[in-house]
Amino acid sequence: MSGNRILSIDNLRVETRTGVLLDDVSIHVDRGEVLGIIGESGAGKSTLALSSIMLFKSGCRPTSGSITLCGQSLMELGTTELETIRRTKASYVAQSAAAAFNPFYRLEDQVTEIPAMAQKLTSAQRRRMAVELFEELQLPDPKNFGRRYPHQVSGGQLQRAMIAMALINQPDLIIFDEPTTALDVTTQIEVLRLIKKVASTHNCGALYISHDLAVVSQMADRIIVMRNGKMVEQGPTRQLVDHPQTEYAKRLVAHQGDGSYASIDGSDATLLDVRNVDVGYGGVAAVKDASIRLGAGSVLALVGESGSGKTTLARSIAGLQPARTGEIRMRESVLAPLVERRSFDQRRLIQYIHQLPDLALNPRQSIRDVVGRPLSYFHGLRGAAAEQRLRELMDAIELPAAYLDRYPASLSGGQKQRVCIARSLAAKPDILICDEITSALDPLVEESIVKLLTRLIKDEGLSILFITHNLGLALRFSHKTAVMQAGRIVEHGDTRAVFEQPQSDYTKSLIRAVPQLREGWLDGFSANAA
Amino acid sequence: MSSKLTLTVSLAVLATMAAAAILAPVLAPFPPNEMVHAAFDAPGVGGVLGADGLGRDMLSRILYATRYTFVATLIATTLACMIGVSLAIIAGLSKGWADIIIGRAVDILMSIPQIIFALIILAIAGVSLTTLILTMAVLQSSTYYRVTRPIAGDLAAMEYVEVGRLRGERLHWYLFKEILPNMVPSLLAQFGLGLSSAALFISSLSFLGIGIQPPAADLGGLVRENALALSTGRLTPLIPAFCIALFCLSVNGIVDWLVGRFSDKPDVK
Repeated sequence: MSGNRILSIDNLRVETRTGVLLDDVSIHVDRGEVLGIIGESGAGKSTLALSSIMLFKSGCRPTSGSITLCGQSLMELGTTELETIRRTKASYVAQSAAAAFNPFYRLEDQVTEIPAMAQKLTSAQRRRMAVELFEELQLPDPKNFGRRYPHQVSGGQLQRAMIAMALINQPDLIIFDEPTTALDVTTQIEVLRLIKKVASTHNCGALYISHDLAVVSQMADRIIVMRNGKMVEQGPTRQLVDHPQTEYAKRLVAHQGDGSYASIDGSDATLLDVRNVDVGYGGVAAVKDASIRLGAGSVLALVGESGSGKTTLARSIAGLQPARTGEIRMRESVLAPLVERRSFDQRRLIQYIHQLPDLALNPRQSIRDVVGRPLSYFHGLRGAAAEQRLRELMDAIELPAAYLDRYPASLSGGQKQRVCIARSLAAKPDILICDEITSALDPLVEESIVKLLTRLIKDEGLSILFITHNLGLALRFSHKTAVMQAGRIVEHGDTRAVFEQPQSDYTKSLIRAVPQLREGWLDGFSANAA
Repeated sequence: MSSKLTLTVSLAVLATMAAAAILAPVLAPFPPNEMVHAAFDAPGVGGVLGADGLGRDMLSRILYATRYTFVATLIATTLACMIGVSLAIIAGLSKGWADIIIGRAVDILMSIPQIIFALIILAIAGVSLTTLILTMAVLQSSTYYRVTRPIAGDLAAMEYVEVGRLRGERLHWYLFKEILPNMVPSLLAQFGLGLSSAALFISSLSFLGIGIQPPAADLGGLVRENALALSTGRLTPLIPAFCIALFCLSVNGIVDWLVGRFSDKPDVK
């Protein structure tokens, strides 16, 4: 048993000057085992994973407990010894491969940097090492792949190159920190399958961090659930997924949805009719001949992978990026391509909510200023009447009225997005365009925002164009769904029909690629299918 | 020296100078332009700080000179800042022809040495306090433009500015509500530097004889008037020079503190 143990962390406590990041956490990883760590952002997942190689963010330090990696107690080692351990025993695969590679150097030079530091290697030797790994990771044209620079390969390929970099020193422990979060679902599958294969063939231990329970359930043998720096629950994957014990774990499992569809009753009256719209930037056509229809009181999900033109289409509807051809109709009136040419009421009736509330809220305006502006601008409300309406809006987004005097910096991500929603509601719109508004949020926060929107559709008589790359979310929330691929709408219909009888091959592959909790889902993909 | 101490000393120095400038008519023992002592009277013999080459009281002249320097510097810098920042925000928001035209105009302004440009303009327009201040404001606005144009560009790309665009907001909203408040930290630093350089600029102009015209004099003018006294071993011309230096140092001391304070997270209540 102990011969197989790679990592054991016992009763670890990590503190900053002002708070506790990890409180009495114990984990262990054996050879050939993948331990999944799941939790919301700020739960301490990364802090825990990086503590296994004694890396702490500045200002954080372990105050009690022990960390043992490959039989050595790391707490007692000095800086030089720790550096040797990190170089030889462990590897780290980061979330954003694009940020982890230096754009200035060729991939093979970066991938082989660690062994080259330890011993003198000729460039031919380095290349041979890299090519071997590129082959194993099924990268295209492995002989020449390493000659490229990071910007010349796709996101999924770059992530695989980072896995190659992690494998090059034949580590005993690999830390995967949300390695597929930045990837599209279809790309994610390939990378997940590779990680799983690599973990078993290299016979090392792995920590797999993610906020996506479905992904973790496919990758890990055991799972621990973190929340606020504490370990909430742990157990073998199947047991945790099938019989979660704690309330929090139950909610996480339930969040995955039971496959039921949204029960929103939209009318068939067309509110927004987009016909044969082309949008482009310079010589590039981002949206080609796209037509979608949004019914009154309903939700239309616009799904597709990154770069498919979802946001561009939404921006052309909002009038931010003018459509070159085609027609956008709201009820009976044709909308001008540019928002500056639209009437006061047309501008009021369509409200746009951005993906990142951090950028959409001015840090120097209080919530009162942010939400109050559309009230005075569109409705001329001032003084007591405005105050009254502000309080109603805060009620509607389920935030205390006292928050009106706060500034965005003191709000959480979910609260900021609620404020953005309140700002849109203040205009009394008919249509909300929501551009990936939950993709930067944790799953349970996302759930609460979607619940809020569902209520608002009824209370305020809204219709929503909901852009997302998350198919599960589209299924749960939307009434109709449109699928975009490479600038074209490839499928458009009732959500149930789109998900149950998809017509286009692309939609089929997209639906199949959504991670599921079901045992063996990932293994069900044959090498060619993905 | 801790920033708190720097701040206290700087504030005290500036407050004293400001008080001297405001209260000059009350504080000055003699009228500044009248010959009340013998030429080059030593300090203590004729007045506290002695007399200049024409027998005018040095202390009184310094008090009045501080007044000129303060007024010209403050007004010119404020105007320069307003012009430069407004143009920068307009250019940053429009990103079209306006941006190109304003940008090239500023390039031209910056490519000619300021003091020579000022000499030309003042030669054409004639020297008065008003033309002096306006010339300085226009010339110095180019630096404010240069510093704030990239910031305005970044801020204009923010999504909250886009929200304003969707609503149909007008220029003044972006100017005063969305963009200017976010510029304050970098603007403060530039404003402080600008105050110092404006003080030095008007002093240089006066030293060259095209600033404040005699018999009135600002601090730079006083240095010029008394420069000859240096050769006789008198330190009189160093006193106004010292005042200029003290002013610049104090302004920087305050700005350093302000910048440190504003670069923290904006207000968490």
